[in-house]
Amino acid sequence: MTVREIFETMDYGTAPESATDALAWIAGTGPRFGHFLGGAYREAGETFETRNPATGEVLAEITQGTAEDVEAAVAAARAAQPGWEGLGGKGRARVLYAIARLVQKHSRLFAVLESLEGGKPIRESRDIDIPLVARHFYHHAGLAQLFDTENAGRKAWGVCGQIVPWNFPLLMLAWKIAPALAAGNTVVLKPAEWTSLTALLFGDICRQAGLPEGVVNIVTGDGETGAALVASDIDKVAFTGSTDVGRKIREATAGRGLGLTLELGGKSPYIVFEDADLDSAVEGLVDAIWFNGGQVCCAGSRLLVQEGIAEAFHAKLKARMDKLRVGDPLDKSIDVGAIVDPEQLSRIRALVDGTDEGEIHRAACEIPEGCFYPPTLVTGLSQASRLMQEEIFGPVLVSTTFRTPSEAVQIANDTRYGLAASLWSENINTCLDIAPKIAAGVVWINGTNMFDAAAGFGGVRESGFGREGGPEGLEAYMRPLHRGDALEKAAAATGEATEPQSVDRTAKLYVGGKQARPDGGYARAVFDARGTLIGQAPIGNRKDVRNAVEAARGASGWAGATAHNRAQVIYYIGENLAARAEEFAARLDRMKGGTDGKREVETAVDRLFTWAAWADKFGGEVRSVPIRGTALAMREPVGVIGAICPDEAPLLGLVSVMAPAIAMGNRVVLVASEPHPLAATDFYQILDTSDLPGGVANILTGSHAELAPVLAAHMDVEAVWSFSSTDLSAEIERRAAGNLKRTWVNDGRGRDWFGPAGEDRAFLGHATEVKTVWVPWGA
Amino acid sequence: MTHTATATTHPLPQIAEPRNPGTALDLDRVMRATANRSAIERRAATLPGRRSVKKAHQAAWLARAISCIDLTTLSGDDTAGRVARLCGKAKAPVRRDILEALDLPDLTVGAVCVYHDMIAPAVRHLDGSGIPVAAVSTGFPAGLSPFHLRLAEIGESVSAGASEIDIVISRRHVLTGDWQALYDEMRAFRQACGEAHVKAILATGELGTLRNVARASLVCMMAGADFIKTSTGKEGVNATLPVSLVMMRAIRDYHDWTGIRVGYKPAGGISKAKDAITYLALVKEELGDRWLRPDLFRFGASSLLGDIERQLEHHLTGAYSAAWRHALA
Repeated sequence: MTVREIFETMDYGTAPESATDALAWIAGTGPRFGHFLGGAYREAGETFETRNPATGEVLAEITQGTAEDVEAAVAAARAAQPGWEGLGGKGRARVLYAIARLVQKHSRLFAVLESLEGGKPIRESRDIDIPLVARHFYHHAGLAQLFDTENAGRKAWGVCGQIVPWNFPLLMLAWKIAPALAAGNTVVLKPAEWTSLTALLFGDICRQAGLPEGVVNIVTGDGETGAALVASDIDKVAFTGSTDVGRKIREATAGRGLGLTLELGGKSPYIVFEDADLDSAVEGLVDAIWFNGGQVCCAGSRLLVQEGIAEAFHAKLKARMDKLRVGDPLDKSIDVGAIVDPEQLSRIRALVDGTDEGEIHRAACEIPEGCFYPPTLVTGLSQASRLMQEEIFGPVLVSTTFRTPSEAVQIANDTRYGLAASLWSENINTCLDIAPKIAAGVVWINGTNMFDAAAGFGGVRESGFGREGGPEGLEAYMRPLHRGDALEKAAAATGEATEPQSVDRTAKLYVGGKQARPDGGYARAVFDARGTLIGQAPIGNRKDVRNAVEAARGASGWAGATAHNRAQVIYYIGENLAARAEEFAARLDRMKGGTDGKREVETAVDRLFTWAAWADKFGGEVRSVPIRGTALAMREPVGVIGAICPDEAPLLGLVSVMAPAIAMGNRVVLVASEPHPLAATDFYQILDTSDLPGGVANILTGSHAELAPVLAAHMDVEAVWSFSSTDLSAEIERRAAGNLKRTWVNDGRGRDWFGPAGEDRAFLGHATEVKTVWVPWGA
Repeated sequence: MTHTATATTHPLPQIAEPRNPGTALDLDRVMRATANRSAIERRAATLPGRRSVKKAHQAAWLARAISCIDLTTLSGDDTAGRVARLCGKAKAPVRRDILEALDLPDLTVGAVCVYHDMIAPAVRHLDGSGIPVAAVSTGFPAGLSPFHLRLAEIGESVSAGASEIDIVISRRHVLTGDWQALYDEMRAFRQACGEAHVKAILATGELGTLRNVARASLVCMMAGADFIKTSTGKEGVNATLPVSLVMMRAIRDYHDWTGIRVGYKPAGGISKAKDAITYLALVKEELGDRWLRPDLFRFGASSLLGDIERQLEHHLTGAYSAAWRHALA
């Protein structure tokens, strides 16, 4: 076209970014790539092709990692780990800083390579992905610098196996490698098979930065390579990807004593209230669902619009969609690039074509031939529609309406996922009221898809667990310096002698603030240390678990009670326990033998005071993120926690588990010490007289081996903790895969309930989820 | 699109589009208007990275920018001679050989913008060129002279030959939320303009919030403004992308509501060719191609043209240009 013609049409034309340097790097370093292992690229093995999804052209050949390759990489990482950790935080900081600098220096090469192989618009890889990668390494260089003083009592896990997806290949690599290295871990990372190139280039950056050999190893391959990595001799697994694969990894790692963080799928709500800046909310959707073609785990893929403005909003949205530019990812004026792979494209097509509900609007923009899908809006769906429930992972937005803020919350939370949410309203009251009520790890107020290394990112429910970014992200790469000793299975005392009671006292279960007979109608004789019968403890079964969980779910108002109020109740429990100290001490001595009862009761009272003290001192932090505004890292209760209490300290153990959980606003289902259940059944009388609302703490007695799996599999339980002397860790972790609930198990190791470990800060961490609420402002 | 723009480079506004007759003051609509500053700034900040025009497209877009310039001089020391030079530049904004190479030999700027006393020499020097003369009016830039004098000033300027009148609104009406007063004032200005087109200068740098900008934009359009314009060029902060976004969205809403296209003029502070392209992209994205014509879009600028000329020469020669190779404005 001539200048004169364009002067009339005012078309954009094309603005292609050159791929020359990236292709030269591929040709020079590859084009057949082996793993980056022990500080060097290895010979290529059996390979597969990786393609440019926009053109279908083969870019390079990538080695399919075998179990032996994985083993060699883990061995290299294992060998390098002590030296790397031994370098100290400040030493590691220098290397991380160098990596950050090098990423910036080679930023365009990374960006082009990322867009070539993954199909995302160059604008995104250049302006979002790569700058965030550099930012992540800078931030973690800082965390490494401060590591030794700020993380006393913690150390690196050791070797981390990390598996990242294809939608943000280098960014997810950075999110995983930066904190791992800062904490002193070494890494074997497997990129997704569709997008290996930037990870391989990163290997070279590590070498240039002077990272010791073996600290970062990149093993390429498909899901089988990933499975081999999960099965290998590693200490921690970090995975970002689909919920299905995450569940398999949870099962495969069960009982191995590994650290695990999972960042999985989502169906994140994007809520527009009637008083929102509608044009900005429409523009926000461009960044929410058409960012990276909607192939984003936290994509705002579920639009909830207040009914009164829905029509106007949809009209504005459709007009905006029609202006999107879809095409060559390397064109600088493209909004939506290619779908990563034809396989993914057919998945999206099948989902959308498979629906006979709602009205489909496909953007009236030009769609090139090939691996592209038009930006799509499906309106008029009901909550039950499949498209409303399932993650599409493409540029497809589904929409429904709501009437009131509380209905918006209800619909938003009616999902198995809980990754992110966007709220749009000009009313700060509405926003700050709704943000804490949404089940999600990240909430953006009047914005969307904001990320930063200083702010945690991660989900709740089946969106996974663990955070990336911020101090909570670093936390996932550390374990306690000292581990407890192996725990022997505590056996209940046996006996035959009976001691008639003057008046029979019937121990019951404690459910919903009421004493309850066990569903099964069975009880177990409990003997004292000398073999004398001292009572009957109910044998709880699965239905008692069901009832207790239901009661706990019903007591959700506890989370909304003020922290001061929760503290008051817990102090009061301590006060009432102190008043009956002698009686409890005598009972403990009787059950366990010895004379430690007095100390156990005193410590239990003290423990209650400690966690009561914490109740209003762990609300969260404000994070310094690069916006005008702030990110709140709110510590929210996990929800309903099922806890298998320690056997060895029947009162102190139960109190030590219960108190931090309820102090943070959780509701608990406590399974009492199996050999010594009567301390717990006495204790519910204390709870009864301490103004604790019914259902906040529920106590079951019975077999740990029988009750723990029921709790671990229960879909309405958010977390299960186990301190049992029964070997339950594997079983619990395996069953927890069902709804991907959080687990905290003892791996057969004991804890000194009388000492500092009994009131470890870790209890607060496990009793809370960090919700990052992004609050931009501007008058 | 209901209307196809003609290929002329300087159509008088009234020729291409029906004028905005205005509406009754719809206070519900005014009060519903809102603007989220952070979100708007994010959009504005990322736009230059989202749209890029290269080579022939860049040259064409820059030529289009020239066609939309209100070439302006608003100084206390303006003289007939100074205005003559400006008018010469308005008629031949780019060196002849460059325009011929671009095959745009008839390219001119959109209008010449002066103070009242300079209207006569401007009209004289532009005679036969088809380039309209715009005059700033109503006690420009503060707008605090007696109301009847402000009205009279409009009449004088129209009589003197100005076909476009850039009025300034009373900022205090916006700052105190007296939308009725703003509406009445604008109505009166519009009426005083008669056949001349009226551009409402909001002086956005003095309105305090983007929400005020959104509301003032709507009120002025309801009162019949043909164009809404950001600034006098004399405020501390003049045209910005966030303000432009808010005003363009108000124009879009008004069009959706009434079917009437109101024009947009950012003024002050736009001096680089690259900025001009960003503004044009913003217009294209938010309002659509129809607005990329001088009857609906103007740059209020004095030094922008010089930078564009250098870029156009670079486009043709591949060598970076120098200011002295192009005629002074």
